[in-house]
Amino acid sequence: MKFTLSWLKDHLDTTASVAEIAEALTDLGLEVEGIENPGERLADFTLGYVEKAEKHPDADKLRVCMVRTDDGVQQIICGAPNAREGITVVIAKPGTYVPGIDTTIQVGKIRGVESYGMMCSEREMELSEEHDGIIELPSGTVGQRFVDWLAENDPAKVDPVIEIGITPNRQDALGVHGIARDLAARGLGTLKPLKKHDVEGQFPSPLTVTIDEDTQGEGGCHVFAGRLIRGVENRPSPQWLQDRLRAIGLRPISALVDITNFFTHDRNRPLHVFDADKVSGNLRVRRAEAGETLEGLDEKTHTFSDGQVVISDDQGIESIGGIMGGLATGCTMDTTDVFLEAAVWDRIQIAMTGRALKINSDARYRNERGIDPAYNMQAMEDATAMILDLCGGEPSSVVVAGRVPDVARAYRLDPRKVVSLVGMEIPESEQRQTLTALGFRMEGDMAHVPSWRPDVLGEADLVEEVARIASLTKLEGKPLPRLGAGVPEPVLSPMQVREQTGRRTAAALGYNECVTYSFIDHAAATLFGGGDDQTMLANPISSEMSHMRPSLLPGLLQAAARNQARGQGDLALFEVGATFSGGEPGEQGLEISGILVGRTGPKDVHGGSRPVDLFDAKADVEAILQAVGAPAKTQVLRGGDSWWHPGRHGRLCLGPKKTLAVFGELHPKVLDALDVKGPAVAFTIWPEEIPLPRKTGASRGALAISDLQAVERDFAFVVDADVQALDLVNAASGADKALIDDVRVFDEFVGGSLGAGKKSLAITVRLQPSDKTLTEKEIEAVGAKIVAKVEKATGGTLRG
Amino acid sequence: MDELRDKYIDAIANASDEAALEALRVQAVGKKGEVSLKMRELGKMTPEERQVAGPALNALKTEINAALAARKASLADAALEERLKTEWLDVTLPSRGRRIGTIHPVSQVTEEVTAIFADMGFSVAEGPQIDSDWYNFDALNIPGHHPARAEMDTFYMHRAEGDNRPPHVLRTHTSPVQIRHMEKHGAPCRIIAPGRVYRADYDQTHTPMFHQVEGLALDRDISMANLKWVLEAFFSAFFGTSVKTRFRASHFPFVEPGAEVDIQCSFEGGTVKVGEGDDWLEVLGSGMVHPSVLRAGGVDPDTYQGFAFGMGIDRIAMLKYGIPDLRAFFESDLRWLKHYGFSALEVPTLHGGL
Repeated sequence: MKFTLSWLKDHLDTTASVAEIAEALTDLGLEVEGIENPGERLADFTLGYVEKAEKHPDADKLRVCMVRTDDGVQQIICGAPNAREGITVVIAKPGTYVPGIDTTIQVGKIRGVESYGMMCSEREMELSEEHDGIIELPSGTVGQRFVDWLAENDPAKVDPVIEIGITPNRQDALGVHGIARDLAARGLGTLKPLKKHDVEGQFPSPLTVTIDEDTQGEGGCHVFAGRLIRGVENRPSPQWLQDRLRAIGLRPISALVDITNFFTHDRNRPLHVFDADKVSGNLRVRRAEAGETLEGLDEKTHTFSDGQVVISDDQGIESIGGIMGGLATGCTMDTTDVFLEAAVWDRIQIAMTGRALKINSDARYRNERGIDPAYNMQAMEDATAMILDLCGGEPSSVVVAGRVPDVARAYRLDPRKVVSLVGMEIPESEQRQTLTALGFRMEGDMAHVPSWRPDVLGEADLVEEVARIASLTKLEGKPLPRLGAGVPEPVLSPMQVREQTGRRTAAALGYNECVTYSFIDHAAATLFGGGDDQTMLANPISSEMSHMRPSLLPGLLQAAARNQARGQGDLALFEVGATFSGGEPGEQGLEISGILVGRTGPKDVHGGSRPVDLFDAKADVEAILQAVGAPAKTQVLRGGDSWWHPGRHGRLCLGPKKTLAVFGELHPKVLDALDVKGPAVAFTIWPEEIPLPRKTGASRGALAISDLQAVERDFAFVVDADVQALDLVNAASGADKALIDDVRVFDEFVGGSLGAGKKSLAITVRLQPSDKTLTEKEIEAVGAKIVAKVEKATGGTLRG
Repeated sequence: MDELRDKYIDAIANASDEAALEALRVQAVGKKGEVSLKMRELGKMTPEERQVAGPALNALKTEINAALAARKASLADAALEERLKTEWLDVTLPSRGRRIGTIHPVSQVTEEVTAIFADMGFSVAEGPQIDSDWYNFDALNIPGHHPARAEMDTFYMHRAEGDNRPPHVLRTHTSPVQIRHMEKHGAPCRIIAPGRVYRADYDQTHTPMFHQVEGLALDRDISMANLKWVLEAFFSAFFGTSVKTRFRASHFPFVEPGAEVDIQCSFEGGTVKVGEGDDWLEVLGSGMVHPSVLRAGGVDPDTYQGFAFGMGIDRIAMLKYGIPDLRAFFESDLRWLKHYGFSALEVPTLHGGL
């Protein structure tokens, strides 16, 4: 919402400066978004008088002028054709910044003759595009500031323009009068009452208006008033009106149209004018049928759906009620008979129709936020008076369909509640005074809401009004008491702690944390089991962000591809965040995913750099699982999702259906589709799947360690190539659970002398006696049991 | 005997290597060595002679053995020294590679915020990112036609043909967590709810996803003045310097009265410094929870009142750590992650500083 200072002063008697007004507006909740003060950048320009002008000795088009200024007579070289003796001009003295040429004037020599300043054109001061010559003023005294001369003689040129942001609850501030009311309530001046006109109809209106039964009241049109004014002479608006409209960014069109725009911005009162000669028959407010069209004032054809509220005549739709008029019946300079409309429309209906038709007009903006219905009939009178004043003509009596809606309501003002909610001591008398100044009528402790405040719908709204006028800037903080004496209790849930621990462990393992978008493209989502309609956005911002991610991996892999494209090839990235299995609230789960791409590090002098492999990912996933409290023993199962390399991934499970995590190589096709150059391995952990520990105490349980010497023995077995090491290890461990402390695979050898389809797995078994040192015989006995167990479980043989 | 001593002590001291030393040992104190042979002669002596010669010979043997050991050690030292002289490495060569991981600023700042509010008794609540329009809008006093809805640039989820429920939304703010928390736990309460939020907007300063932290405190007599104190306490702890706030009346449908909150700052040379100067920077929206919102959450507005606020986590991260571009937060450029990221062990704590 834009307005000028002089416009505001039409409604507010005030001596406050622009700065004071701006500060108050922002504090009142009408946030100032910008102030354009043309006077500010013209502050240094002063008036001068050309006493003498002679041709420049070395240039035909230049003149050497002797100009009387407040610093005495100065020599100024000027190239303007109208630079001559005896005119009053505007001077930029040395040191003055000239905005139109973006230059600060210096003393200089022009073709060898010194010049002490510049005489300016309008364009050079950004007052207009006028640049045919320098400004010649009809009045003014030497040394007078040009801004002061403008303020006296052409005030529109230096009228500051203030732009404020309007929150959806402040319909009343969509008119300058409402803004003035707020400022007056704050004490920045006195609100000037609107002049009420009463125009007597000279004849009955030949045009009548009706509202269809299904369109009356709620959801349609509450009241539609109109009047014909015949014999008007439409012409350009007077300068003051044109200046105002231009200042707030509107193009003056003609007096009739400008008057409606004036009412829109002056008092939040949209109106419409029909060229009555172009209307055939009477006006009827009705619901549109699907497919009907109208060419609007925006010169676009709008197609209606069933039920949208329109105004039609015998030819069809002529106007979109409360949103935009039609081009065919719009007023032009040739209009002689005008039909003025003032109506109150249902706000929700306006919002929905406006949104559906994608029309953002000033009328829609105001009608959907809410105008003052009680002003409807008076607006008809006031606007008629202005038309008669600017265009002449003869008014008919007013025709009305429907009724002005009754919006009277009152809420109890509880002054103690105000103080308790705001935490500021505002005396009851001040509270009542504030509400009265804002147009509320106090009756005992009941506050009757003014008709222009549809947003006030309860006691809490009264509190807000009182608080904002009292100024929240004055609010002093008051400590929020602690919940109890002593040390605050921990606040995080076990799962929240787990999430943080997982995140910091991954970073400690050398991964860089990413935060990637929750929505990804359809193709990437599909690769990872998503991309269905349930997880699709109806209005994505781009096709790259169309589906909620089913997994963190596609986002990380795409990040890897981007980094590779920038020449960063070795990557360890991870993310902790939500993934989405469906489109219903709650169909989301927490994941921790990491990827390793490229080599373990750049090639180095130690020869330690090698391509990453799945055992890197496995080590990291195990470390994170351990850190977040997963059970030490998990099963490693295959059969993971399709985006893993089918033979090179494992699920870490508690039983076949409870997968805590998965790790492995990504499927080459997936890498290819996402433009990632491999090798790439990854892991995903589902922290919510990990059971919470059963015991809650902090105690660790006793540590059992033996002083007796542990014994290690190595065994090598030849087994089929598809025998899994873990099965062999589990078999060996089971040979004597009390004695066997640890079984470790230390060598794998495939093929060679063993023949195809065979491999050798070598293990170290650590025996830890607890009561006496083991004899060689006992060791041999355990060894035999281990061999037997392993051979039975794996079908292998001890390697001789 | 002195002669013998001088001969061997000298010879041992001059022995050039271990072999020479061993030869001397055999020659002097070996089974058939000179000293051993002399000791054998003790038996033939008179008791008087023996009393003199015995201890002297034993002393001589001890002295020679000690000299042998000393010479052996010094030869070993010399040999080691000689070896070490040849052992030289270029220690300016790079160390073995080790990846250094980082924590994203959003996570770090979320933990910082959590640590500060935890001290003031706020626990951490969570809610779904896809939510019904009731939780995201209606329950928060934003009915279907409310202009605020249109202004929110909401992302809607697809609705299958025939499913006539209003489409779900990607939450446009963390405020729905207020409702869900009240429904489940009632009042009084103190929570914060950090998390991802979504708005269909992408330009220099907006990304379609960003992070907010919601705050909600309900009790019988919590006021806006308490809110101001809490926020000032928070910002001062967060920025590590005393920060003043300024409340300006504003409107959010779910609070009444509502206020925009500015923090004190200075703008000098293109950088923002929080906690000094005379300028103000808008950082969050807040207010007293609207009675309709309390009712939607099942809390009686005649008994309970309190404040709510919502602030951008990315935004305060940018302010605190001087990160210029919001969009880069989500681009995962390794150089950015390393530069703006935090060490794994840099866990924010109140006692260690934030």
